[in-house]
Amino acid sequence: MAENNATVETTESTETTAPAVEEKGYHKTDANGNKHIIVDPITRIEGHLRIEAVIDKDNRIVDAFSSSTMFRGIETIVKNRDPRDVGLMTMRICGVCTGTHYQRSIEAVEDAFNITIPKNARLVRNLIQGALYMHDHLVHFYHLHALDFVDVVAATKADPKATAVEAQKWADMAGHAPAISGVADFKAIQDRIIKFVKEGRLGIFGNGYWGNNAYKLTPEQNLIGVAHYLKALDIQRDLAKMQAIFGGKNPHPQSIVVGGVTCVQDIQNPARIALFKQILKEGTAFIKGAYLPDIYMAGTAYAKEATDGSQAFHATKHKGTLGKEIGGAGGGLLSYMAYGDFRLDDTGFYKAESFFKRGIVLDGDLSKIHEIDESKITEDVTHSWYEGTGAPEHPYDGTTNPKYTGLEKRDDGYAYLKTDEKYSWIKSPLYDGRKVEVGPLARMVVNYVSGDERTKKYVENFLKRSGLPITVLFSTVGRTAGRAIETEMIADAMFDWVDELAKNVASGDLSTWQDFDFDEVSADSKGRGMAEAPRGALGHWMRIKDGKVSNFQAIVPSTWNAGPRGPNGEIGAYEAALIGTKVENPEEPLEIIRTIHSFDPCIACAVHVVDTKGKELAVYKVDPTCAF
Amino acid sequence: MSNNKEESVKKLFTTQSASVNTNRGESYYAELYAKCQKRLDELKQLKPLNNRMDFLESIEEEGLDRRDFLKWASATTAMLMLPASFTPLVAEAAVLMNRVPVIWMELQDCAGNSEALLRSDGPQIDEIILDIISLEFHETLQAASGHQAEKQMEEAIEHFKGKYLLFVEGSVPLGMEGYYGTIGAKAETFVDHLKRVSKDAAAVVAVGSCATYGGIPAAAPNPTDAVGVMDIVKGKPLINIPACPANPSNMVGVILHYVLTGNVPELDSLLRPKFAFGYRIHDNCERRAHFDAGEYVEEWGDEGAKNNFCLYKVGCKGPMTFNNCSIIRYNEGVNWPIGVGRGCIGCSEPDFWDKYAYERPMANANIKAPTGGVEKSVDEFGLGLLTAAGIGIGIHAAASYVAGKKEERGEA
Ligand code: SF4
Ligand code: SF4
Repeated sequence: MAENNATVETTESTETTAPAVEEKGYHKTDANGNKHIIVDPITRIEGHLRIEAVIDKDNRIVDAFSSSTMFRGIETIVKNRDPRDVGLMTMRICGVCTGTHYQRSIEAVEDAFNITIPKNARLVRNLIQGALYMHDHLVHFYHLHALDFVDVVAATKADPKATAVEAQKWADMAGHAPAISGVADFKAIQDRIIKFVKEGRLGIFGNGYWGNNAYKLTPEQNLIGVAHYLKALDIQRDLAKMQAIFGGKNPHPQSIVVGGVTCVQDIQNPARIALFKQILKEGTAFIKGAYLPDIYMAGTAYAKEATDGSQAFHATKHKGTLGKEIGGAGGGLLSYMAYGDFRLDDTGFYKAESFFKRGIVLDGDLSKIHEIDESKITEDVTHSWYEGTGAPEHPYDGTTNPKYTGLEKRDDGYAYLKTDEKYSWIKSPLYDGRKVEVGPLARMVVNYVSGDERTKKYVENFLKRSGLPITVLFSTVGRTAGRAIETEMIADAMFDWVDELAKNVASGDLSTWQDFDFDEVSADSKGRGMAEAPRGALGHWMRIKDGKVSNFQAIVPSTWNAGPRGPNGEIGAYEAALIGTKVENPEEPLEIIRTIHSFDPCIACAVHVVDTKGKELAVYKVDPTCAF
Repeated sequence: MSNNKEESVKKLFTTQSASVNTNRGESYYAELYAKCQKRLDELKQLKPLNNRMDFLESIEEEGLDRRDFLKWASATTAMLMLPASFTPLVAEAAVLMNRVPVIWMELQDCAGNSEALLRSDGPQIDEIILDIISLEFHETLQAASGHQAEKQMEEAIEHFKGKYLLFVEGSVPLGMEGYYGTIGAKAETFVDHLKRVSKDAAAVVAVGSCATYGGIPAAAPNPTDAVGVMDIVKGKPLINIPACPANPSNMVGVILHYVLTGNVPELDSLLRPKFAFGYRIHDNCERRAHFDAGEYVEEWGDEGAKNNFCLYKVGCKGPMTFNNCSIIRYNEGVNWPIGVGRGCIGCSEPDFWDKYAYERPMANANIKAPTGGVEKSVDEFGLGLLTAAGIGIGIHAAASYVAGKKEERGEA
């Protein structure tokens, strides 16, 4: 197991020669010619994130640090409250993956109280969660990620006629009817964009990286991307309604309670079920006619870097069972973990068969699935702005006591992370002392290696139709493809789930809530809600005493992926995925944000670029106001 | 409680709160109409900030039905509590909205309000970002990151000095000298950032309950000393649009109102626009008849739940909450928390996490003591009255429950 505990190899620190540093605020060049870049804010994510990256003379990222720059203390806030109320509060951890924290907290309580919810409640929760996946993945791809692939300005040069032909080509490859196919449609959209671009002020498209060589699509392909970006704004509004039908509203639905759900009226109403199905149908058509074809298009355009082992963090070390080296640009850790999601029967938590499986795949070894031993999940705070107890803590006994040590502020006001010390509000979670990646790609790999037939069918269909090798999946673009494949898989399955619900209700089962004796079960208990958020494995751990929450900890997907280094320098998924990547222009962090976006961050974070030794040059002055 | 008292409490809860005067007389509206028209004429003289195509032209090009647009305009007119004769002006104001540059700032937030903005249906979000407002900075949506993003914001502040609307999402942490939240390569604290960017704004709009009152980060014990925007920004027109998250119709309503009149809408003492926060949920609730009849959901999933009974006893705080979701609902009117059988958690009121967000009626709440602060949520109902009402309503509920039991046993 030790091999993948990869720390960044830091060469011995050279004598500190007077650094010939070219100062320029957000970036500087050190004596070795390496550029240190701060990217803060990382936009098109949920939350506040900073990335600092160190880029060498060949424009290769040699080190990277991920830092969340915002803290709210929700774990502290829910302590001493009635456990039945905690779900509503923890939902406010994130308004993008809305509803998923809600379910995890409620499940933690139900696990503690040993409650098995009625079938209707299970199905409604699956539909609420499934609607979230569809909505969230679509918005992520088009509105948070696509502008890393699609050059909006270049779309103005497209030939609408050729665009229609191109759109048909990729839809054919995916095996579906294109969402937008008419020449006139593309022309109208292009005119709208041309007008917009000509006016000069680009609003949210302003100051983008348009024209950067890392954009690899043709003008026609860019126009397809822009057209789908706009159409997807429409579609997502409808997809959100699916959550509202059974959840009351979106964002932040409200119908889930400990013991079941409250929407008994809505599940009895055939008009509601019909509306749900109609939106599901339209949404699925767009997913198949736009989202997937666009993934085929982007996968093809970016296949080269996706399989370029020289840009990978791990490529030389990790061989899969495919007889090939896996890991390309952005591949990162190649160790994956999933908790599983969507219970398919009513045997109860952690017993029921599930749509997404639970397990771990290590070091890109696709021949072996490891079972999760929950006691091996810990969090470390060596590099996080919290007071530690010395050893990594299991979340049941985790503590959250802030200890902010600040950034190093320079004379010009720019501030860099103290990467040798604490540098993030995110803790560093470990499984058996090592870092793993979570998310759609992790779910896909875990399902695939577990032998799940459905997943195999969808993945193999994608590979066959695209003609791409399986190795393409272990990269930035592969992470993005995995998310799309999963979206299609869930959308298809939801038709069955909603029918199952309608059928069950029609059979006369209107039960939506399981009664329990609160005083008895809440005297002294503990439970965990471990399943998946759209962004990956999500766990809530709760201790309950005398009817109140006595301890609560959440480890969210982005904690796993975006966390800082572990106690022995173990590197996390974001940081690993950046290392090795070539950038076209260090002034424009396009490749950095593209790789970071492929994880779909849900934090407030940022990226800085630092030197090859992982150390700041000795030029910063500690600003006394931020050195706590 | 004497029968008399009980009756008076019941009366309080069965009459409309009507804190908004929707009929101010003809001369008032005639004057307002003239004022709005003048304002819109002036706006028309201005070159659009970004020289965008006309909204009407664009909806036609998009193949949107003009009738739909007018339908939307008349619904919005009603939402803004203006007489129907204002509909053409509201439609025109929507067309002229592209004169308004908007900077959207995210602090201690969950991006829930940004997501809510994406759900806007009238006008739709693609129109909003391409044709209607000039969205100059929005972290969750904008293309540029890092220093390019910072530059975009600086340029917008410079270019639209004194003209832009600043929307703020999320609370402001004051603890630890503000370092619970920083942004940008200079790691500027949220509080400094807010002060700097609000300085040159025409008006500041706090969206969501975090930005309004501190919201979830400020719930007890408020680990980061989080506060709302109104505690920081002084000497500027300030509008609060609370709820968790805020309803996108109310966000658009505020912008429209601003375009239409050049002023902020009429506000209550918590700086909430009265057009949206003038009524209690309870006043317009679809389950109200059951409340009045004493028919309650007693526990989740029971017969009452199956029959849409009133949710008071399972924790509905509609009687204490001022908001318009009972009228406009969410997600294009698809549903809302009371529709879905859960009840209202009071999310547009100050300190609702500590006071209201639990599934029991107020009287037997198993919660922490509220963290203090003065109750000023309601202009017309003071704290004392509301609390009394809460107890009174509890008694009303209990009495009807007993009555119900008696009926079951055939005693009545
Ligand atoms: S008010 Fe609610 S939706 Fe808005 S930022 Fe706060 S928690 Fe999120
Ligand atoms: S459900 Fe709530 S708002 Fe509606 S009548 Fe009952 S108490 Fe009032």
